[in-house]
Amino acid sequence: MPALALRLQAPERLIDIAHIPDLRGIDLRDGWLRLGALTRHAEAHDHPLIAAHAPLLALAAPHVAHPAIRNRGTLGGSVALADPASEFPAMMLAMGAEMEIAGLQGTRRVPADEFFQDLYQTALEPGELLVALHVPAAGPQHRCAFDEIARRRGDYALVGCGVMLTAPAREVESARIAFFSVGPTPIRALAAEAALTGRRLDGEAIRLAQAALSQDLDPPDDEQVPAAMRLHLARVLIGRLLGRIAEGP
Amino acid sequence: MPVAITLTVNGETLTRLVEPRETLADFLRRDLELTGTHTGCEMGVCGACLVMLDGLPAHACLMFAVQADGTRVETVEGLTGSAALADLQRAFHERNALQCGFCTPGMLISAEGLLARKAMPSREEIRDALSGNYCRCTGYEAIVDAIETVARRRAAGEAALPFAEEPA
Repeated sequence: MPALALRLQAPERLIDIAHIPDLRGIDLRDGWLRLGALTRHAEAHDHPLIAAHAPLLALAAPHVAHPAIRNRGTLGGSVALADPASEFPAMMLAMGAEMEIAGLQGTRRVPADEFFQDLYQTALEPGELLVALHVPAAGPQHRCAFDEIARRRGDYALVGCGVMLTAPAREVESARIAFFSVGPTPIRALAAEAALTGRRLDGEAIRLAQAALSQDLDPPDDEQVPAAMRLHLARVLIGRLLGRIAEGP
Repeated sequence: MPVAITLTVNGETLTRLVEPRETLADFLRRDLELTGTHTGCEMGVCGACLVMLDGLPAHACLMFAVQADGTRVETVEGLTGSAALADLQRAFHERNALQCGFCTPGMLISAEGLLARKAMPSREEIRDALSGNYCRCTGYEAIVDAIETVARRRAAGEAALPFAEEPA
């Protein structure tokens, strides 16, 4: 809507999908949480299944825009738009979610790693519609954390990050880390993930992950902050998040 | 081509023809002459256009009137008429929580939305709830004070005194 109001977009046709019942609903089946594309941001905030099985979404939701926007905005809308500064697309990446896409040829599922392709560019082809998000259900072996650094609450983040660790014991079995506001798409920090994998999550592991970020992120200079500062903030943020997980509940 | 919509605005069910391109904010202001819903940024940032849509705060500038078909909309006029906001309006008045008043309708809707969700919010939570409402005159301190006062008064079960304008 802001893009229409600012006359940045002038589509010939606009179709209201809000009344398609199949695009709604949240259910848990075979270890996957299926979130209909029309799930509201406010539901990500409050829904018990999301709190239990996709806690990263629940942690991110309060940071998405403002309360009134969250009453109307949808997860599918946010993911399909793929704003590189948005929280939910990056969380799809951090959670290893898959996008269910419907088209004339039927439906297909695209992993988040292949879905976000470039600035506002996704795997959606013309004529296709994002119908649901499938999230691998998190369990007790998972530990996650989310935060972002913004000048004011509700503003676009200078840097944001979601961390999902599989750590049934003290060692990190596997890690998924996704940043936003650091490039044209949400970006996985593969080197930082590798630095953590197989290690105990202690101060040394956290320092290694922080150091590895220079291989993962190459943020642009822009009018808000220089690239070096954005990378610095990303290191500060990942340190905070991993520290939070290490301290544990 | 105009489209017929039926919705309930401030308790009254009405049917109107609207252009698909018309926003809910413009529909309320131009077609229904409910000019208490203000249009500031018209891109969902300033919060001056907030209305209650099916009981929840929503930006009237971020949706088309056709999308409001079948919904229940309450504007600041309706919520004033029913005295739902009377205690908030009174507290804003007492605490000088407005100067030019442009942001006030949106502030009241956000405040009402917050208090419906959480009866006794902290000052931090009040500030967070107002993060999408811009005020360019008073700053936010007095507004936060007014909302906090109303939360306390409601918790104490104080009946809202009707808000009346002082004689000039």
